[in-house]
Amino acid sequence: MRSKKWYDYLWIFSLTYLLLGFVNILFAWLGMICFIAPLVISIGCGNKAYCNKFCGRGQLFSLLGGRFGLSRKHDMPKWMRSKAFRYGFLIFFFTMFFVMLWNTYLVFAGNQPLKQVVKLLWTFKVSWHWAYHGTLFSEGVAQFAFGFYSIMLTSTILGFVTMLLFKPRSWCVYCPMGTMTQLICKAKNVTKSQKSDE
Amino acid sequence: MKRKANVNTDLCVACGCCVKVCPKSAISVPDGVFAVVDSTLCVSCGKCAKECPASVIDIVGVHDEK
Ligand code: SF4
Ligand code: SF4
Ligand code: SF4
Repeated sequence: MRSKKWYDYLWIFSLTYLLLGFVNILFAWLGMICFIAPLVISIGCGNKAYCNKFCGRGQLFSLLGGRFGLSRKHDMPKWMRSKAFRYGFLIFFFTMFFVMLWNTYLVFAGNQPLKQVVKLLWTFKVSWHWAYHGTLFSEGVAQFAFGFYSIMLTSTILGFVTMLLFKPRSWCVYCPMGTMTQLICKAKNVTKSQKSDE
Repeated sequence: MKRKANVNTDLCVACGCCVKVCPKSAISVPDGVFAVVDSTLCVSCGKCAKECPASVIDIVGVHDEK
């Protein structure tokens, strides 16, 4: 087995991130790293080094499901591994993401009051006022934090459940960032092979 | 006939879970689209197949070209 590298400990970052959201919701902004880094790497380098090496969430699931034995290690159902489901989930996820951005905008514009709630599984509203201690900036900044943390916690819950039921890193099969970076790599490598054909 | 890991590239999600467990560094995800097995290095231990969340790796018999 290859020796451990510094990036094999990034699961600590992911875990800390989730915990910080219970302390001060504004830390949710740090999660932007998990959105921007994979995109920059896949667009810039044309590979999935983020998933393959750096993603702390994937590591966290493989640790909990593997080392701690929390996973049944069964195959995922076929439909969950299908492209239709993966692309469908990607579209759904980003639709909800833009709805969240719209709500943030409404708070920025002063058309809507700040809602101190974390919405789980896009449905259940959980009061989260204890992690909000005001913001120096517009309330929209806080609204984005609540919305973004909702997404991060929701996807962690989904990933955790599928980790229990199926393989440790089952989340990676339908993770929107994983699917999106794979699509970017696909597109990049088509143009690359076209270029080498010329 | 040797036995080697074989990836269903169409359904591979390029997550790299297989890369992390391979004791021989025989499998990699070079272009972020699917995993590729170096059959000269693979010892068909099956670790990657067990780890793969999409269950797209099989250990299959391959005819030795050499
Ligand atoms: S698929 Fe998602 S969770 Fe898995 S390693 Fe990639 S970004 Fe992380
Ligand atoms: S673990 Fe499976 S899905 Fe992930 S890169 Fe390897 S072969 Fe592909
Ligand atoms: S079967 Fe074993 S040696 Fe071959 S690619 Fe998979 S993990 Fe590596």
